[in-house]
Amino acid sequence: MMTPSSFEMPNLLPALPEIFVLAATCVILLADLFVRDDKKVITYLLSLATLVGAAVLTITLHTGETVLTFSGSFVSDPMGDVLKVFVYLVTAAVFVYSRSYLMARNLFKGEFFTLGLFGALGMMVLISAHNMLTLYLGLELLSLCMYAMVALQRDSLNATEAAMKYFILGALASGMLLYGMSLIYGITGSLDLAEINAAIKSLDDSKMMVAGLGMVLVIVGMAFKLGAVPFHMWLPDVYHGAPTAITLYIGTAPKIAAFAMVMRLLVEGLGDMHAQWQEILIIMAVLSMAVGNIIAIAQANIKRMLAYSTISHVGFLLLGILAGTAEGYSSAMFYAITYALMAAGGFGMILLLSRSGFEADRLEDFKGLSERSPWFAFMMLILMFSMAGVPPTVGFYAKLAVLQSVVGVGLTWLAVLGVIFSIIGVFYYLRVIKLMYFDKPVDTAPLESTADMRIILSANALGILYLGLMPGSLLALCVAAIG
Amino acid sequence: MLADLPLLSLVIWTPIIGGLLVLFFGKDEQAPLARIIALAVSVLTFLLTIPLWTGFDNSTYQMQFVEYASWIPTFNINYHLGIDGISMPLILLTAFSTVLVVIAGWEVIKYKPAQYMAAFLIMNGLMIGVFCALDSILFYVLWEAMLIPMFLIIGIWGGERRVYATIKFFLYTFLGSVFMLVALIYMYTQSGSFGILDMQNMPLGMTEQILIFLAFLIAFAVKVPMWPVHTWLPDAHVEAPTGGSVILAAIMLKMGTYGFVRFSLPITPDASMKLDWLMITLSLIAVVYIAFVALVQKDMKKLIAYSSISHMGFVTLGFFMIFAIMENTGSTQGMGMAIEGALVQMISHGFISGAMFLCVGVMYDRMHSRQIADYGGVANTMPIFASFMVLFAMANAGLPGTSGFVGEFMVILAAFKANFWIAFLAATTLIFGAAYTLWMVKRVIFGEVANDNVAALKDVNKREFFVLGVLAVAVLALGLWPAPLSDVMHATVDHLIEQVMHSKL
Repeated sequence: MMTPSSFEMPNLLPALPEIFVLAATCVILLADLFVRDDKKVITYLLSLATLVGAAVLTITLHTGETVLTFSGSFVSDPMGDVLKVFVYLVTAAVFVYSRSYLMARNLFKGEFFTLGLFGALGMMVLISAHNMLTLYLGLELLSLCMYAMVALQRDSLNATEAAMKYFILGALASGMLLYGMSLIYGITGSLDLAEINAAIKSLDDSKMMVAGLGMVLVIVGMAFKLGAVPFHMWLPDVYHGAPTAITLYIGTAPKIAAFAMVMRLLVEGLGDMHAQWQEILIIMAVLSMAVGNIIAIAQANIKRMLAYSTISHVGFLLLGILAGTAEGYSSAMFYAITYALMAAGGFGMILLLSRSGFEADRLEDFKGLSERSPWFAFMMLILMFSMAGVPPTVGFYAKLAVLQSVVGVGLTWLAVLGVIFSIIGVFYYLRVIKLMYFDKPVDTAPLESTADMRIILSANALGILYLGLMPGSLLALCVAAIG
Repeated sequence: MLADLPLLSLVIWTPIIGGLLVLFFGKDEQAPLARIIALAVSVLTFLLTIPLWTGFDNSTYQMQFVEYASWIPTFNINYHLGIDGISMPLILLTAFSTVLVVIAGWEVIKYKPAQYMAAFLIMNGLMIGVFCALDSILFYVLWEAMLIPMFLIIGIWGGERRVYATIKFFLYTFLGSVFMLVALIYMYTQSGSFGILDMQNMPLGMTEQILIFLAFLIAFAVKVPMWPVHTWLPDAHVEAPTGGSVILAAIMLKMGTYGFVRFSLPITPDASMKLDWLMITLSLIAVVYIAFVALVQKDMKKLIAYSSISHMGFVTLGFFMIFAIMENTGSTQGMGMAIEGALVQMISHGFISGAMFLCVGVMYDRMHSRQIADYGGVANTMPIFASFMVLFAMANAGLPGTSGFVGEFMVILAAFKANFWIAFLAATTLIFGAAYTLWMVKRVIFGEVANDNVAALKDVNKREFFVLGVLAVAVLALGLWPAPLSDVMHATVDHLIEQVMHSKL
């Protein structure tokens, strides 16, 4: 406990990237007021510079050790550092991919970038949380930014509806999470994750039940944020209704942060209750893989299809976590990172095809892409095969790592279920490839996009191919980060 | 000098890199250049495989031309390559077939020719990699990666129902392989290694073996394909362009049977012994029932596809008959003959089925029909072509003096040591095989000129003559003098039998 008289300056160094992003975003917020509408590219460049600066800070401050600060409520550890770097990377890619889309829709404004950066700050805090309050703070910062971003296209009915759905259900989930946290706090007497973990070890049966209830509510809240079945209802509607650039933002980096949230809460906080949460996670994982993969087949809108595909990928990610071993956690981390990269590429392709007044979000808009642009059809081919988990793309190794950790703890049947659902999943990814390669183009307009987007998107897809040929270093990084 | 080079890596990566190079000449006006580069790369790859044969040591079962490098240390996955007497001939066959496919597609493929050539070159490298891989994940990666170019080949250059056929092809084969992946991961968690040779030496209990055997069975049976998971093959063959059919029949089907000898038999010998009745039954169904199915086909490509399934039944029969032979005769001699016969059959079928599909391709290019009913009396207008077609048909029917005879004869001979009825049923193929093949030849090649289209046919040009001629030489050479091929296999087959007889329980 801290009293005002014993106040001492906390060690700010571990939180320097967060402080930097906060300060820089405030500066951008102010500076944006003085930037004319046709010069918003300045805001855009400043935002990218902020992410680069944060990356430089995180990498230079990386020590490989776990450091606590702010009275143990904030942690800087290898896992957090790795995840943050990927959050910066993916967020930067999101900004680059979104530029021409936003310009064409008169959304290329400071709000998008400041909200995006505040969201990134929320993710960073979430990743570094070592206290339930810090965690909640990060989560809400992120969520509020995302609600606002979905509603950014003020005059669009779809976007407004999506924002309302997202906000109401999100608030409900946050309430569940908070209630669960309060129960756990009541039983263990602490908000600190390490102390909670220690206290749970010595609980008697009756108190354990209350802690169990708290755990269930916490899992409900997390499952909502992740988009795991049966708490996935919002996901297709929000992905579909939001402007594609926002879908891209929501669908990528926050998944990395959500993984960190699960790690902090379930593994670091409630690690001792592994036997209990494993069962819940098994059910959610199987349902997510089943519902996601099967319903995705019926979609005609590629954003909805990718939304259901996200749900199925979350199921796979949960498989790694529920294994409950260091191997499992590192495989889930690898999965989260590679998924964010794949999703960035996938939604990026939709943005590439879209132009003023044309969303390119129907599956048939991909018809004959190999005639219109053989190069980007090939990039999409890589992305789709990677999502399907076909080698030589990184999606295969993500699945391999997860399956291996599941088989390693004796849950071979679960691995068999996982692969069966992934076969079902292959079908709808193949359909995209079929449309691009085997059908004739309907729309023959040349692709409009900026050079930076073309380069980054190509690098994104080729990176997925490269990681599929040489996955060793990223895998080793994840293993080292989990320790 | 030559032996110091990483030959296996060279034969894998030369065509892949060459294929990417060809892709750069994607524009239609650059097609002649793309074709020439594709031919050069495929010939170079084939030439690079020749030292594998000349430098091969027949006296040992040990892996040769071994390359080893750490690839994914986290999971102990390694870039481990090597070949033995079973894989070496298959590598030569793969490189050889690709050269023919490139020549056969020369001016026939008008739509995106560079991409067509590139897809076959890349697939060539991947297929050779499958036969070289000694790490199971490396094997799996190449095994699956190979589906991507084939998926595109059937889907882009295929016939009318190409989309249906190619998605069916992909899903079927993908479905089979993922169970193998789970089995591989299971063995890794038990032994800590993904090495195929380590897996062959690890002890496994009976239940484990049976489950692993079944997982492998799904993967390989789909690929062979065995009855009842064969239905993708006729569709894929019919819709695929000629080159795709040739590679499918000549190489891809062999991967299933290769999997049985590389994985199933040595890794799960006890389960193989216990379930040999299942394998023999499925093989005999393929040999006899599918032959009947072939008899009633109206589409030439479909007929040859079913004939392939029937012939591949011989291969699986040869592999899994060995336990019955052991029980019946108590000696390992007949076992060697069964396995070698099956292996010879694999190579021979590669030549014959490839040749048959090329023959159909030659006719299809002229008439744009695969229906038997549209032909008749082709011998009158295309005499040279007709002689080739008859020769390959005879080989397909197993006529002595052609390569088709050697493998079948060895397997049937060995089958008599196992069980009279197995041998009897297997031998019926000599009748049915002759029936469906020769009946097709009779209707297509002989008789009166059926219609004006046939009357207008032109005989084979130099390019087609070369392709068919080379294959005819191969079929006859292997039929008259199979010793060089079987000599390569002896040591490896003997070692395989040793492994199979050594219980892992």
